[in-house]
Amino acid sequence: MEVLVCAKRVPDTSENEIQIAGGGQDIERDDLVYSINEPDNYAVEEALRIVERAGGNVTVVTAGGEDDEEILRREMAMGAKNGVLISDEAFNGSDGRGIATILRAFVKKGHYDLILTGVQADDGAAQVGGMLAAMLDYPFASLVNSIEVLDGGKLKITREIEGGNKEISEIDLPCVLSIQTGINEPRYVGMRGIRQVASIPIPTYGAAELSMNGNAVGGAAAKVKRVDYFIPPAGKGAEMLEGGREEVIGKLIGMLKAKGGLK
Amino acid sequence: MPRIFAYIVHKAGLADDTAPELIAAAARIDAGSPPTAVVTGWGPELDTVCESLRSSYTEIWKIAREELAYPNAEAVRKALVSVIPAGSIVLVPHAHFGVDLSPGLSIKLNGAYVPDVVDIEGADGDWLKLVRQEFGGQISAHVRCDISSGAVITVRPGAFKPVDGAPANGQVVDKSSTAGSLACGRRYLETVAAETGDIDITKYPVLVSVGRGIQEKDNIPIAEELAEAMGAAVSCSRPVVDAKWLDKSRQVGSSGQTVKPKVYLACGMSGSFQHLAGIKGNPFMVAINKNPKAPIFRVADIGIVDDILEFLPELTSKIQEQ
Repeated sequence: MEVLVCAKRVPDTSENEIQIAGGGQDIERDDLVYSINEPDNYAVEEALRIVERAGGNVTVVTAGGEDDEEILRREMAMGAKNGVLISDEAFNGSDGRGIATILRAFVKKGHYDLILTGVQADDGAAQVGGMLAAMLDYPFASLVNSIEVLDGGKLKITREIEGGNKEISEIDLPCVLSIQTGINEPRYVGMRGIRQVASIPIPTYGAAELSMNGNAVGGAAAKVKRVDYFIPPAGKGAEMLEGGREEVIGKLIGMLKAKGGLK
Repeated sequence: MPRIFAYIVHKAGLADDTAPELIAAAARIDAGSPPTAVVTGWGPELDTVCESLRSSYTEIWKIAREELAYPNAEAVRKALVSVIPAGSIVLVPHAHFGVDLSPGLSIKLNGAYVPDVVDIEGADGDWLKLVRQEFGGQISAHVRCDISSGAVITVRPGAFKPVDGAPANGQVVDKSSTAGSLACGRRYLETVAAETGDIDITKYPVLVSVGRGIQEKDNIPIAEELAEAMGAAVSCSRPVVDAKWLDKSRQVGSSGQTVKPKVYLACGMSGSFQHLAGIKGNPFMVAINKNPKAPIFRVADIGIVDDILEFLPELTSKIQEQ
């Protein structure tokens, strides 16, 4: 089974305060640490487990620039055989549809039985996988949290639906699946593993290599454009307890007692 | 202005809470022309849903097909593509079904796609201005969308307050025969209920809920000791379950449990909308997070900026002393 995983390098914003920069044109990125989008890492782990059982290879592809090579190396250290960087000035400013169009062109250059993406990335859009599937006329399923390879070119998959219930379906290959976090426990990657793949060449595909007309993608073709970033209104906002920790704890215990929060 | 359609999610004969919210969202795009509901399904339950929508929607398009008895997004997409006119705007609730259906629907309808919209600021010619959130809800973004060839927009549940309007006395239009072949490469088999855990967090009036800020499995006892002292249960957000630090049955959120406690301590969590969707009944919410900009502080009653790994043990010992 040839498995393609579409991955993205994103800033780790889970524990960091995000500031707006350039009058809303971007966020302050200087102090942010970048890594592979967490759901994409689960997707790569799932791909590796599938080829360990069913045979085949895992290819990880990302669209971006030179800096994005680091996530490809990391996933190759996990066990992905190939890393591919898609990069071209003509691709800059693409919306989700543009990225899916570029990935479609890449998919058409190879042969993949299964294409995985993470469920969503830093923009929370959860869009590229479903778009890519529709462009390829492959079946699609989102929020997948279990995959079993069946005979006869099919998979048995589970989607995570409301209340943690599991929707079980059969899906024909080739298909595109978006992978939910928690589907597996991604293997650890050490510095040593990354050094071992440091010299493997990573091919770069641009519009020419993908036989694409650059005008179909990029900022000019985008139907959806971000105007600016802004800080959302505070709403009612919490009453912030100020002071030393002991003082804050004293106030909090009083409030919890009043609200029935202590036995 | 393009015609606006609202896809109605329903289950067991009941329209989802988002059905009136989509009317409110549509009014923000074009106050002049009310949206048309589109409902897919099969059997008497579908008719019950269509009937219930007549009081709020002026027109309801019904697509009744046996293949749509379970909402398989691949089959629903085919039905919608054959029924909805080119250039339309389609609104879909941004939940597990909407995420499954909508990106591919936008491609097949050849329209723009804007996911998880929390506000709509109106149209200026062919450009519609909307608001989304990025980076886990920490930052909002204005987005422009070219609607000249139509659009699919997924709407965050709860973001648009339903407005009371005059009774619509809507008419149900049967479009079943227009939907062509619905054969697709994905076949629904069954739904398996979530596993139940050692305790039922939905039964507890007080919850000590931990997020990513608990940092590692070895720190879980910090929350357990506080919960013990308070007579509460420990619950959590999704990253804690993904990391296997706590069982899935402890997860609060749209893909976990829906809880209705009196008091909710949100410890070291950002407050994603998926998590907040699982908290009902407007509990007294205390948020403790070392990031003063964490979105959870926008919705909590009380906020404390501190490191939970230091704060919670001190809180526990103070409670134990009393």
